[in-house]
Amino acid sequence: MEDYQKIERTAEARRRAIRAVTYTLLGLWAVIVLFPFYWMLLTSVKSYGSYNAEYVPKFFTLSPTLQNYADAFTAVPLGRYLLNTLVFTAVTTAVMLVVITLAAFAFARLDFRGKNAVFVIFLSLMMIPNELVIITNFVTITDWNMRNTFPGLILPSVTSVFYIYLLKENFEQIPDNLYLAAKVDGTSDLRYLLRVMLPIAKPTLVTITILKVIECWNSYVWPRLITDDEDYYLVSNGIQEIRENGFGRENVPAMMAAVVVISVPLIVLFLAFRKKIMEGVSRGGTKG
Amino acid sequence: MIKKLLRNHNLKGWLYLLPAILFLGVFMVYPLVDVFVYSFEEGYNSASQTYFGTGTYNFSYVLHDPYFLQAVKNTLLLVMITVPLSTGLALLISLGLTSIVRLRGALQTIFFLPYVTNTLAVGLVFMILFKKTAYSDGLINLLISFFGGNTVDFIEGPYWAKMFVLCFYTVWVVLPFKILILTSAMASVNPVYYSAARVDGTSRFRIFARITLPMISPMIFYLVITGFIGAFKAYSDVVALFGTNLNAAEMNTIVGYVYDMLYGDSGGYPSYASAAAILLFAIVLTITCVNLLMTRRKTL
Repeated sequence: MEDYQKIERTAEARRRAIRAVTYTLLGLWAVIVLFPFYWMLLTSVKSYGSYNAEYVPKFFTLSPTLQNYADAFTAVPLGRYLLNTLVFTAVTTAVMLVVITLAAFAFARLDFRGKNAVFVIFLSLMMIPNELVIITNFVTITDWNMRNTFPGLILPSVTSVFYIYLLKENFEQIPDNLYLAAKVDGTSDLRYLLRVMLPIAKPTLVTITILKVIECWNSYVWPRLITDDEDYYLVSNGIQEIRENGFGRENVPAMMAAVVVISVPLIVLFLAFRKKIMEGVSRGGTKG
Repeated sequence: MIKKLLRNHNLKGWLYLLPAILFLGVFMVYPLVDVFVYSFEEGYNSASQTYFGTGTYNFSYVLHDPYFLQAVKNTLLLVMITVPLSTGLALLISLGLTSIVRLRGALQTIFFLPYVTNTLAVGLVFMILFKKTAYSDGLINLLISFFGGNTVDFIEGPYWAKMFVLCFYTVWVVLPFKILILTSAMASVNPVYYSAARVDGTSRFRIFARITLPMISPMIFYLVITGFIGAFKAYSDVVALFGTNLNAAEMNTIVGYVYDMLYGDSGGYPSYASAAAILLFAIVLTITCVNLLMTRRKTL
């Protein structure tokens, strides 16, 4: 009996030790993840003078200031960058939703000659990396005189084969009977799509929307190629411009204020839709 | 009757597909053909849109360009270091996450944060942390000297230091996706296996090696392959850390080389850019195929 208790006790001690190590390591990584965010927040509320006076940077500040945020919006056109990104994100996502919904509906619901062949071609396009087609797209948009315009920014990214595929799969789960019933009632296809299919597929549409918004908010390469006029910069290009020419190189606190302003919208979106986003990314996201 | 209702869609079907086909045709299929055309046109001039002849000169130019070779070296190093490292780390962290109950949700949320941040913006924070300036050595260097090491400028200093920051930042950025995939893979393993193992008194390590690992191995291979592809296309995180003039910083990547050839101070050479992009695609395709073959042999 005593032996048994002894074994129990050592096993319990081992479990505790393992748990302690696990929590320590996970906590360590959490600190590494959170620290840059903390640091940018902290630096953004330090005054220019006090930041530069600290040879050894302090981990807190007793006299926070919002002056850097004012600078971020007045010394560089940060408001403009945000507005541009908002317009770009909203329009791109909206147009894409229309395009992919129509295509997914055709693949899932309508029957027409050549459908399977087109679908196979669509699927094979998923393998084409963006880097391969961006060169010609750059030339195309330049030829159309669409550099430094919103259409030039938006047009190449309003279709996604992957999202068409995702939505098609979802549409196909909706029972045929609903469609036949609607047909018998004389409902048009478009009306059926809007009134029946879209509401049922709403969770998938929300997931796609969120993923696309994240992608748009962070897009850097294409906007950089296609805009050299500051009036059309998105936040990513804006932050690069701020880094290289804004504020004078040394005003780090103002830079960090701009970084905070750019990062906050997505973080708020994430915290609000945490479950949806993580579920959506595990279904269809890639990055890195 | 039903047949008739469903059949009469030939024109309509194509009409619904039209927008997608138009956009994909103009911005994907045509460019795909065109990039090969560009890559074989020698001496193409984008101002006059003329070229001298066709051949493989563009490829040989790119392959002999020291900037391209540097970019290939950087990219390969980045891939070799970050893919195994990030996959291994993600495996460890996911294993830790699934073994705890308290705080799991909070930690999962925290670990996912880097996924939803702007790479360029947060890269700037990393640069500030690692950079050595006239008035401050930067936080990381102060930590190093606190522990008695020699300080080094990670942003404009020696090659290994710059590579270190780049790898560190890349791992930081790509981990959330991998952790998410692996934790959901581990959560979907049937608990019956674990109960059976516990009844037999199997050790933790053995449970991991004999149950967890085999069950989630398809997802690990998926992560390795997407990790390879992603790391080969590294660009914006490099820009975030070292600025746009990557050739001068000796930190260019293959994708960066393509864009530099296309645009910017060194730009205006779509033919060289196309040749480099095709070489990149060939490398990625080869490695993906090798990976897939290895996977198949392992599972058979």
